[in-house]
Order: sequence, then C-alpha cells, then structure tokens
Amino acid sequence: MNAPIKIRKHQGGISRYWRTFVGISQRELLRFVQQRTRFLSALIRPLLWLVVFAAGFRAVLGVSIMPPYGTYITYQVYIAPGLVAMILLFNAMQSALSMVYDREMGSMKVLLTSPPPRSFLLISKLVANALVSLPQVMVFLLIALLVDVDPPLIGYLAVLPAALLVSVMLGAIGLFISTFIRQLENFAGVMNFVIFPMFFLSSALYPLWKMQEAGILLHTVCQLNPFTYGVELIRFSLYGELDSHSLMVVSGITLAFLTLAIISFDPQRGMKSSGKPVPKA
Amino acid sequence: MKMLTTNKMLKQLRNLPAKAGLSALMLGSLALANPAAADMAYISNEKDNSLSVINLDTLEVVNTIDVGQRPRGIVFSKDYTKLYICASDDDTVQIMDTRTGQIIANLPSGDDPEQFALSPNNRHLFIANEDDALVTIVDTEKRDVIAQIDVGVEPEGMAVSPNGKIAVNTSETTSMLHWIDTETHELYDNTLVDQRPRHVEFNKDGSLLWASSEIGGSVVVINTENREILKKLRFEISGIHPDRIQPVGVKLSADGRYAFVALGPANHVAVVDAKSYEVIDYLLVGRRVWHMEFSPDQKRLLTTNGISGDVSVIDVDKLKVIKSIKVGRYPWGVAILPTEAMNQLQAER
Repeated sequence: MNAPIKIRKHQGGISRYWRTFVGISQRELLRFVQQRTRFLSALIRPLLWLVVFAAGFRAVLGVSIMPPYGTYITYQVYIAPGLVAMILLFNAMQSALSMVYDREMGSMKVLLTSPPPRSFLLISKLVANALVSLPQVMVFLLIALLVDVDPPLIGYLAVLPAALLVSVMLGAIGLFISTFIRQLENFAGVMNFVIFPMFFLSSALYPLWKMQEAGILLHTVCQLNPFTYGVELIRFSLYGELDSHSLMVVSGITLAFLTLAIISFDPQRGMKSSGKPVPKA
Repeated sequence: MKMLTTNKMLKQLRNLPAKAGLSALMLGSLALANPAAADMAYISNEKDNSLSVINLDTLEVVNTIDVGQRPRGIVFSKDYTKLYICASDDDTVQIMDTRTGQIIANLPSGDDPEQFALSPNNRHLFIANEDDALVTIVDTEKRDVIAQIDVGVEPEGMAVSPNGKIAVNTSETTSMLHWIDTETHELYDNTLVDQRPRHVEFNKDGSLLWASSEIGGSVVVINTENREILKKLRFEISGIHPDRIQPVGVKLSADGRYAFVALGPANHVAVVDAKSYEVIDYLLVGRRVWHMEFSPDQKRLLTTNGISGDVSVIDVDKLKVIKSIKVGRYPWGVAILPTEAMNQLQAER
C-alpha cells in the first residue's frame, strides 16, 4: 500500500519543480514578448557595432590567423562572437535589474512563496532568462550573415549550449551584484562600473595578443575578466570547436557566483521599510 | 625508473619530427618517400632559399627542400619529372629532379631570372632577366641559350601561348607588353599598358591575354590576334586605399568561368567573371598576395602571401578562403604536382 504513495510523492516532487520552472520561464517570455522595444534595442546595439564600428576597422586591424579561424578574417567576423556575448551581458544585467524591481514592488515575495527551495527558484530565473536570450542570438547571427559573418552550420547549433552557459554565468554575476543594490535608481551605476568595463576589457573587441601589444596591465586585466572566457567559449563553439580551458573557467565562475548569490540573496533588502522587518512593539 | 623510461620515450618522440625531416631530406622529397597519394604544392620561399611542400589533402607542410639563393618563379616540366626554379641571386635556373628532390643541373639563364614560362614543346624556357632588359630562351635539353631578345627595362612577366607560337613579356619600367614570335625569336609588337605590368596569362585557347599592372592598379584583357585592348578592369575594396590595390598574379579557371587577380598589399584576391568582366567578389587572404596556382582538379586555388609568410587556400566552388598555411619567409611562386604524376614517378623509381 505504501509503495504507490511513495511513487506519487516522487512524481509530484519533480513535476512541482518542473511546473515552477515553466512558470518562471513563461513569465520571462511574457515579459520579453510584451516589451518589443527591448528585443529591438537588444539587437540594434550589437548590429550597430557590427556594421558601423567594424566596417571602419576592416583594413586597419588586419586580424591574422589564430584559432579557431583557419585563415585571415575580417574584423566583422572577429567581433561577432563578442557581440553575441554583448547581447547576453545586457540581458543578464537587465534580468538582475528586474530582480531589484521585483524586490521593490513586492512580487519577489510571491515568487518566493513557491514550495521549491530558494536556490532552485533563482537558478530557474537565470536559466529562463538565458533561454529567452537565445532567439535574440540567433536573429543577430542571421542578420550578421549579410555582412559575411558565415560560420559553419554546425556552429549555429554548437553556439546554443555555449551561449546558455555564458548567459547563466553573467546572470549569476548580475544576481550577485543585485544583492548589493538597495534601490532601482542605483542600477545606472551597474552600467558604468560593470557592463562597460566587462565588455571593453575583454577579448570581445580585440584579440588578447593585440591587448598585450597595448600594455601588460591591460592584457592582465583582460585575462582576469570572466567575460573574456565567455567570449572565447562562444567564439570556438561558433566554429564547431570546444575551448575546454574557457569552458572550465566559465563553469567555475558560474558555480562560484551562483553559490555567492544564493547565500547573499536577501529578498527583504531594498523593501520600502528600512530593509529589515520592523520588530513588533 | 618508470619516470626515466617515460622521459626517454618522450625525448625520442620529440626528436621524431627532426629525424623524419632529416631522413626525408636525405631521401629527397618526402612527397615521394611517402606512399600516401595526394597532390603536392611546391612553394618557393624567396628569403629562406627553400621550397615548402604542402600536402593538398591535409593542407599541411610536409617537407622543406633547400635550393639556390632567392628562389622566385617555379614551374614543372610537362611530364613532372623536373622542377625548374629561378634562383635569382645565383643568376641561374636550377633543375630539380622531382623524384629525389636533388638539384641536378643549373641552366644558363642570364642575370637575375625572375619569372619564366615553359613552351608547350616542353623544351624551351622563356626567361625574363630583370637586370639586363633581356628575354633569354634556353633549350632545357641541350642546356644552352638559343636566343636573347632585347625588351623594355626590368622585364618580369612571361607567358607562352597554348599553341607555342607567341611569347609575351612585360617590362615593369617601360610599362609595355612585348610580343615575341617564338619561331623567329623576334619582337614583333609592343602594347602600352598601365604602370608596372607584372604578369601575363593566356586563356585556354590563346585568343585572349590578361595582363596586370601593379602601380596602375588595373588588369587589361587583350585580343591576341590584333593586340587590341578589349577591356580594362579596375578594383575597389571598401576600407582599403586605392594605392594599396596592386594587381600582380592572374589565373584563369580552365572552364572559362573565373579570373582570379591577386591584389598585392590589398591582401585580397579579386574574383572576376571571365565572360562579363564584372568583379564578383574580393577574398581576404594573407599579406601581399602575388602569385597563384590551381589544384589539378581546379577545385582549389593557392595564393602566396609574401609578407605574412603563408599560403592561402581558396575553395573555387564556394569562393571562400578555407585555410592559410604558414610556409617559409616571403613565399613567391607556386607549382603543383598532381597525384597521378607522383604515382607514375614512384612506379618508375
């Protein structure tokens, strides 16, 4: 008599987790679909870089042979993976922003009332956000075909898991940062102090050997920047290759920041009261 | 003990390529020592005094052969038993035995030979002597000079028509094409083209001649009957200054579909529709691309990129550069040995 009940409980457990995950994903998707301008702006930003910025550098930079490319490439081809990572970076930070917003508005409380543990809820939110980013990446890569960024077909498939992992890593970093933000208004600071340095001080715009020519310090900073490894993971996967070093770094950073974010996550922070429950008199 | 053995093994493994290279050199061309069948590309490295041999299946350099000083133009004899090499600073054309990789003779080429062309009779070499304003015709069997013809200053490009009746030379400083009758050895006409003509190429039936002008930045297509210029092509690549567009090598596909023009320091190869003379595409290759050659099946085109020291491989059907392979310093010329010829040479050995 006991056995069937046990099984039912087990199934109920998994489906409960699944329902929670689907619910969170649907909410992210709904938010994404309803904000068409967000979709457009997420695409226009990297496309401007690709078309306007890269065109001017076509002859100047002269990107030489380096893995995963077997031959000389134009600058457009070089920065495309960095711009894919840029889409993921902005989305991850936007997701972190929405987390602060949810906390301020109180809807975070509703989310946290679901029975699964908080860590599962937070990871679900990061994965849901990453999944929503993938169509944007694909649309960007399809438009990039027009400026001769044409990776092999296998690359379009291989880039998906890489982009997913990089997105979760960036989301975890964003989530960790958001635990320190008390108010929505402070988010502009994140843009200045996190997004831009992360993007510019990486291998997204220039190869690391070029950075080394510019200065040892700059090169070291780029090497310490987790975004660099995200860009390289995407770059290699887009050409059907696995950069195991970058994969290890990205996985490690994801794990570390997820742990930190989950430990330091405090839904009470930033609430209208001073941030801590008011003790009853 | 185990560590020691492992180290010893590693050391032996590390030495293996060197040993293999040495034995290959001793045996001559690795291409022939290796039974694996593949077309082999021979690249002359101007500053390394050597030839790099590329396996066209694996697209890797499999051997390096030392030759005379400053090797530039290279061409196989029609039966592929010999490779002729312009050793410019040795003032000679060397003959390499393809089977052994050994230099078997030096031809009296005149001073500073740069480019040459082998007549379809497989016997007469037409050599441009850059420093002497001469074209020297050498009999490769008797190994002596048949004739020397005065041409313009700094002769460079050289081509013989498919029927063997006309030889055309370009002189860089005079900016002229010189038309030579191969029977009388007389210069019978000159055609003025844009500054610094570098290379000439006949089409398959010999009715048209394509000539590139490096400083003029143009390529002309000439009717060989009346030597009239039918078309002048110019090139334009966005983001690259027009001065850097310097056409040198020209290659025409055997099916008459494409003409490929190497644009020197523009680091691009222009793909031209050989019928409409429209530029279809520009393909990015290594730095300072000069000369090119098709694989025997015409599916690939190899380019020598002097400054970056590599060879780019173009997929002719897809019009895409698939790989760039590091070779020696300043690769200049390229000649390709087909698999069938190599197998035959091996069988005869």
